[in-house]
Amino acid sequence: MPLRYDLSSILVIGSGPIVIGQACEFDYSGTQACRVLREEGLRVVLVNSNPATIMTDPEFADATYVEPITPDVVEAIIAKERPDALLPTLGGQTALNTAIALHGSGVLEKYGVELIGANVEAIQLAEDRHAFKGVVERCGAESARSAICHTMDEVLVAAGDLGYPVVVRPSFTMGGLGSGFAHDDVELRRMAGAGLHASPTTEVLLEESIIGWKEYELELMRDRNDNVVVVCSIENLDPMGVHTGDSVTVAPSMTLTDREFQRLRDIGIAVIREVGVDTGGCNIQFAVNPVDGRIIVIEMNPRVSRSSALASKATGFPIAKIAARLAVGYTLDEIPNDITRETPASFEPTLDYVVVKVPRFAFEKFPAADATLTTTMKSVGEAMAVGRSFTEALQKALRSLESPKALFHWDGAPGDLDRDALLETARVPTDGRLSTVQQALRAGATIEQVHDATGIDPWFLDQLVLIEEVAHEVAEAPELTAPVLRRAKRHGFSDAQVGALRSMPEDVVRGVRHALGIRPVFKTVDTCAAEFAAATPYHYSSYDEEDEVTPSERRKVIILGSGPNRIGQGVEFDYSCVHAAFALRESGYETVMVNCNPETVSTDYDTSDRLYFEPLTLEDVLEVVHAEQRSGEVVGVIVQLGGQTPLGLAARLEACGVPIVGTSPAAIHLAEERGAFGRVLAEAGLISPKHGTASSFLEAKAVADRIGYPVLVRPSYVLGGRGMEIVYDEESLASYLGRATGSGVRITPENPVLVDRFLDDAIEIDVDALYDGHELYLGGVMEHIEEAGIHSGDSGCALPPATLGTAEVTRVREQTEAIARGVGVRGLLNIQFALAAGVLYVLEANPRASRTVPFVSKATGVPLAKACARVMLGSSIAELRAEGLLPAVGDGGTLPPEAPVSVKEAVLPFKRFLTPDGQVVDSVLGPEMRSTGEVMGIDVDFPRAFAKSQQAAYGGLPQSGTVFVSVSDRDKRAMIFPVKRLVDLGFDVLATEGTAHTLRRHGIASTVVRKHSAGPGPDGEPTIVQRILDGEVDVVVNTPSGRSARADGYEIRAATTAMDRPIITTVQQLSAAVQGIEAMSGEGLPSVTSLQDHSRALHAIWGFIPATDPEPGS
Amino acid sequence: MADAVLVLEDGRTFVGRAYGASGRTVGEAVFCTAMTGYQETLTDPSYHRQVVVMTAPHIGNTGWNDEDDESARIWVAGYVVRDPARRASSWRSRRGLADELAAQGVVGISDVDTRALTRHLRERGAMRAGIFSGDAVASDAAMLEVVRAAPSMAGADLAGEVSTPRAYVVEAVGEKRLTVAALDLGIKGMTPELMAQRGIEVHVLPAASTVDDVLAVAPDGVFFSNGPGDPGTANDVVGLIGAVLERRIPFFGICFGNQLLGRALGLDTYKLTYGHRGINQPVLDRTTGKVEVTAHNHGFAVRAPGAGTGTGAEPFDTPHGRARVSHVCLNDDVVEGLECLDVPAFSVQYHPEAAAGPHDAAYLFDRFVDLMTVGCESRARHAGASQREAHTRGEGEGS
Ligand SMILES: Nc1ncnc2c1ncn2[C@@H]1O[C@H](COP(=O)(O)OP(=O)(O)O)[C@@H](O)[C@H]1O
Ligand SMILES: Nc1ncnc2c1ncn2[C@@H]1O[C@H](COP(=O)(O)OP(=O)(O)O)[C@@H](O)[C@H]1O
Ligand SMILES: [Mg+2]
Ligand SMILES: [Mg+2]
Repeated sequence: MPLRYDLSSILVIGSGPIVIGQACEFDYSGTQACRVLREEGLRVVLVNSNPATIMTDPEFADATYVEPITPDVVEAIIAKERPDALLPTLGGQTALNTAIALHGSGVLEKYGVELIGANVEAIQLAEDRHAFKGVVERCGAESARSAICHTMDEVLVAAGDLGYPVVVRPSFTMGGLGSGFAHDDVELRRMAGAGLHASPTTEVLLEESIIGWKEYELELMRDRNDNVVVVCSIENLDPMGVHTGDSVTVAPSMTLTDREFQRLRDIGIAVIREVGVDTGGCNIQFAVNPVDGRIIVIEMNPRVSRSSALASKATGFPIAKIAARLAVGYTLDEIPNDITRETPASFEPTLDYVVVKVPRFAFEKFPAADATLTTTMKSVGEAMAVGRSFTEALQKALRSLESPKALFHWDGAPGDLDRDALLETARVPTDGRLSTVQQALRAGATIEQVHDATGIDPWFLDQLVLIEEVAHEVAEAPELTAPVLRRAKRHGFSDAQVGALRSMPEDVVRGVRHALGIRPVFKTVDTCAAEFAAATPYHYSSYDEEDEVTPSERRKVIILGSGPNRIGQGVEFDYSCVHAAFALRESGYETVMVNCNPETVSTDYDTSDRLYFEPLTLEDVLEVVHAEQRSGEVVGVIVQLGGQTPLGLAARLEACGVPIVGTSPAAIHLAEERGAFGRVLAEAGLISPKHGTASSFLEAKAVADRIGYPVLVRPSYVLGGRGMEIVYDEESLASYLGRATGSGVRITPENPVLVDRFLDDAIEIDVDALYDGHELYLGGVMEHIEEAGIHSGDSGCALPPATLGTAEVTRVREQTEAIARGVGVRGLLNIQFALAAGVLYVLEANPRASRTVPFVSKATGVPLAKACARVMLGSSIAELRAEGLLPAVGDGGTLPPEAPVSVKEAVLPFKRFLTPDGQVVDSVLGPEMRSTGEVMGIDVDFPRAFAKSQQAAYGGLPQSGTVFVSVSDRDKRAMIFPVKRLVDLGFDVLATEGTAHTLRRHGIASTVVRKHSAGPGPDGEPTIVQRILDGEVDVVVNTPSGRSARADGYEIRAATTAMDRPIITTVQQLSAAVQGIEAMSGEGLPSVTSLQDHSRALHAIWGFIPATDPEPGS
Repeated sequence: MADAVLVLEDGRTFVGRAYGASGRTVGEAVFCTAMTGYQETLTDPSYHRQVVVMTAPHIGNTGWNDEDDESARIWVAGYVVRDPARRASSWRSRRGLADELAAQGVVGISDVDTRALTRHLRERGAMRAGIFSGDAVASDAAMLEVVRAAPSMAGADLAGEVSTPRAYVVEAVGEKRLTVAALDLGIKGMTPELMAQRGIEVHVLPAASTVDDVLAVAPDGVFFSNGPGDPGTANDVVGLIGAVLERRIPFFGICFGNQLLGRALGLDTYKLTYGHRGINQPVLDRTTGKVEVTAHNHGFAVRAPGAGTGTGAEPFDTPHGRARVSHVCLNDDVVEGLECLDVPAFSVQYHPEAAAGPHDAAYLFDRFVDLMTVGCESRARHAGASQREAHTRGEGEGS
């Protein structure tokens, strides 16, 4: 059955902000879906609050709503757009839950919107863990023994007969939020309590633990003719007990015989039929007992998932794309396989290579968090690698992570290793357990011992032993002969690792290797193990015999992606890379993408002309460049768009003779090296905060005394604000240095600490600008909502700036241009300024596309990243203005007063990071970035836009109720007016002693509550923390003084986060919040406007007629 | 001197390491794209005289167990892999694959670029190849000599070499409902097992059996198995099918059996460039319009009218009445199944018994049972149904 003719417009719901467990894999699936639906001639209406995504680019849908994904907002969109159908299976749990809600409230029926891709019954059967167990039973399969509970009493009873440890899991949450192992009553009460809260249906499931079993996943697809295919099987190297999102996973499965595999396949197919997913993809997880092969079905996701993105990249079978086609009527046999073009999609991919995915964590950002891996997903990103063998793929994957401690190493003498201690450490799954295992093996542990400690399958362990043996050969070989080197490369050793083993520098090893003619070949991911010719150049390197890269005529540009997502470097950078690919393809170049992040759009084989799924290390990139130079003319490599990862390679690539386009490595150095940058500023007569460097407490004290407290201290060699702290006095300065040294950070003359004057009460300003050597295009000037001192990535901001005057914007423009010229930027530049007491300070300049580029592009309706790519390849801004890629006149700094206001708000992951005793980690913001994602609110004025951003970020500000206020002395003055306003709006105020006192002075009544430290009163009067936990408080205002969160502040914020209530930690946020609350008060359906309409309006005022984009990629 | 060398008929060679038994072997080089089930593959008699190249790089991970053999021995002439397991891991494993290969004297080679080899065979077609290891390694010329001297698959009559020497019976599981005479042309263990599970008592007969031998077991149906070799040669067996059809005894054939039914219906068989060998092949059942993912292992195929013509199959006339192409491979439109409309007979080119492979096609054994119990009427129904199918789908097509 081909395309359904009764559908003409479709609403697609995205997944909202990037959060742990729901990341940019849904941008990949959503983008694919939007593309194919439009190719089918359907009108696509999209809602997604996440501005950093590619799918929310105006060109991917007919109407793009960057609005909060809440039932009433989506209803408003439906009422306005009247789509025929809603496709909810490509936006993760968020989309699925929203669709269920809309169905439940009768909205879909009311507007005659059909749910396609999955019906409500199917969704409920799969998502409700209890109902699902019935499904499994009806399919003649087994699930873990369990009990469904709605109250704490039921919970305790159930635990009684299931026995400890017991798995606690709420229904309808994603990424295992709120789930985990309880080992005793205390843990159980705590976790089940949280679980009941986290579950939209206040329902938790207790389950028998089958920790240590082998874990597998199957990705299936089904069409309306009931044709089912298994796209991919995935085996978890980490056994049951570690969330698949946190596990090292391998495709295809490595340790199943055909009989066992077919059994999983049969069950999978039976389940998808029984659940009734009539079209689309789904993911099913299994546990297999390694002792007797007993199979238990864990769960099923009736939608595309993180794993299906992985499976798509691993096999070349684009699950989301095909799911979208199936949803609108096609059957699998009617859809061609993109890669072979000859054969249909109704087959099962077969692999002649091995794929390994490794998770990337961010525990260093949450020192208080429990780093043990469990059933709650904690990783923030992942890297994938492809190789012809497991060893090759694994080592490539590990170096793709860009975290040195993940790598296998052979430092020190094996004799010095404590085998038993290592085995003991390996028992507890944590970030980097695999390298502990490698050290244990190196220390002489047997496969049996390691298997016993970790449950990792002996076959995988034997492969690690193989790596050890090869390492030994390399180290012991009298000389580095071709056979020795070739064998090492074949098993994935990097030149650096070989160098370390032979104590010679990496580049010398590379020299030897090239002299011996040992280079990787590039194979093709073709879905069929070479049975049919592949039409799509999707390559991976391997030290094997035959190379498959074909020559090409067009001039090529190589774009380096940003690697695994991490806090500080996420989907925003993929956005810029993808745009460069589109822009350069449109202007006639052959685009070549290099990246190792399976979640992204950039690693979709039809984003660029050629895709190399490779680690972003110097060695791997050099080999890609070499391969491309052999097959045609490489104009240059783009390092400016993928964030810090490619930027860090620029100088070394250039040193190896690789042409870098855009801002030169020398210029990059000028901006990044403090001394050099200081000179650039000096020459331009610009100022930065007073600063100095110190390698001891006495020196630090001296600097601080000279420039004055508060000071901002940070180790000189870390990025992303790592280890940054605001220090208010000598005492805390001492303790910082103490801690720094304590935590193994060696403070030496080579690695000093940087001490900056901390600008108090300064307004932070973020700028993205484009410079071609002559003209500056000011992309946008963003005014932060929080004061300087809170990382730009974590603070909300407004564009156009909410309070800055034209004079200030002009100064910002002048200084930005001076820096762009002084540094020698060709392309994008990001600068953070701080405006304190009328003085404009330069905090830092990043000579690259920044996190805010997509936000600015959407807020101003100008494709900045595309323009940047063009400028890097020599176009002038004047030319781009003439072309209609940029406005003919004016720029993001001269937006008309009628322009809509966009507010960006950060989304923070505190709820996922519990301390070992189950407390939420401290949620106070600081100079170190900790947000995982962002949302955008866009509307006619700041208050409305701000309110929307809050709604999108965490469900929104309360319209009434009780506010708790407790502010530090320096904030007391600033708080009075906003609190007064809240009272007028009908809020009740709870306050701590001092705050209440000040309020009373200003005639504002408030109830004094007991401090947490004071404990409950004589007659059991509850403390503020208890009140928050009892749900008596609707919004919390708590501004701590200083970074060292004192017990009270910490307890308060933790409780608030745990209860999912908005928490305001700066007075600036407070006044914005008050405006937001006012703006939202008393309306019916929220007003919604598509980005296209916003841009049209803005462009009209602006007199900007953009050149119409062709459908990207096509 | 290289440890082991693979030499292809056209002169291309691959150097690798000795695997399994060392020595020399020749056969037809073919590649198999299955990612699981190497034990079933190795013991599948259809691979007799073939040097099998595994496209999946890691082979041997689950060792060798006592349950998964499809016949009494390993049949492949030689085995080519990239990364043999050093250690087996499976609760069912009894010994390592390398040891088993060595024990059964199967010469193999490892550490070769199996993808390069596969691409070569895809472009140039299946061809003779030899594996030489240990003392057998000689000059390229000498080794090529040996390879070119080997008999080629076209024209090879091999059923006799793999068939059971004497008849044996596989008892029905539970109550016996039917009796089937199954001609062993290289039958796999799973086939009689699946029939037995359906209450069939299976009399497995040698390839050389006569009509009388077949009739002697008073069968409700006759089954022809898969097997190695060129269907163009097996003339006596073709005659046997004719006799069965004349007596309107329900007939079901698999793989080689499908090619032989084709010949009995007066159709030709031909050699595919590189064959279908894998467990992921999409086959359209024209009777239901559904796609099944199936296990294939065939280098030859039947040439029939109306194979590639979309989904509708126009019946054509044969010495035994009307017949139609019931199944086609969606990858390349190769005939994957035949169905007689006037006599109770059908066959498929692929492996409904799977092992290794998906179980999607197991329903065919039920059709066989259906055919033996309900008899001819159902054929008419099927045919009618498929005509309607063809019609409606036909409409869909154009739009
Ligand atoms: N009964 C169990 N015993 C031990 N570990 C389990 C059990 N159930 C699930 N797990 C582990 O928890 C992880 C998350 O569970 P899952 O049901 O997949 O939830 P989610 O919806 O978060 O993916 C699984 O990947 C598995 O490793
Ligand atoms: N001198 C300063 N005074 C006040 N705040 C500062 C100062 N320097 C940096 N910050 C704050 O710290 C944050 C991170 O500092 P930055 O230099 O931008 O590091 P990163 O490389 O992590 O972006 C900034 O966004 C700003 O809010
Ligand atoms: Mg899961
Ligand atoms: Mg910064």
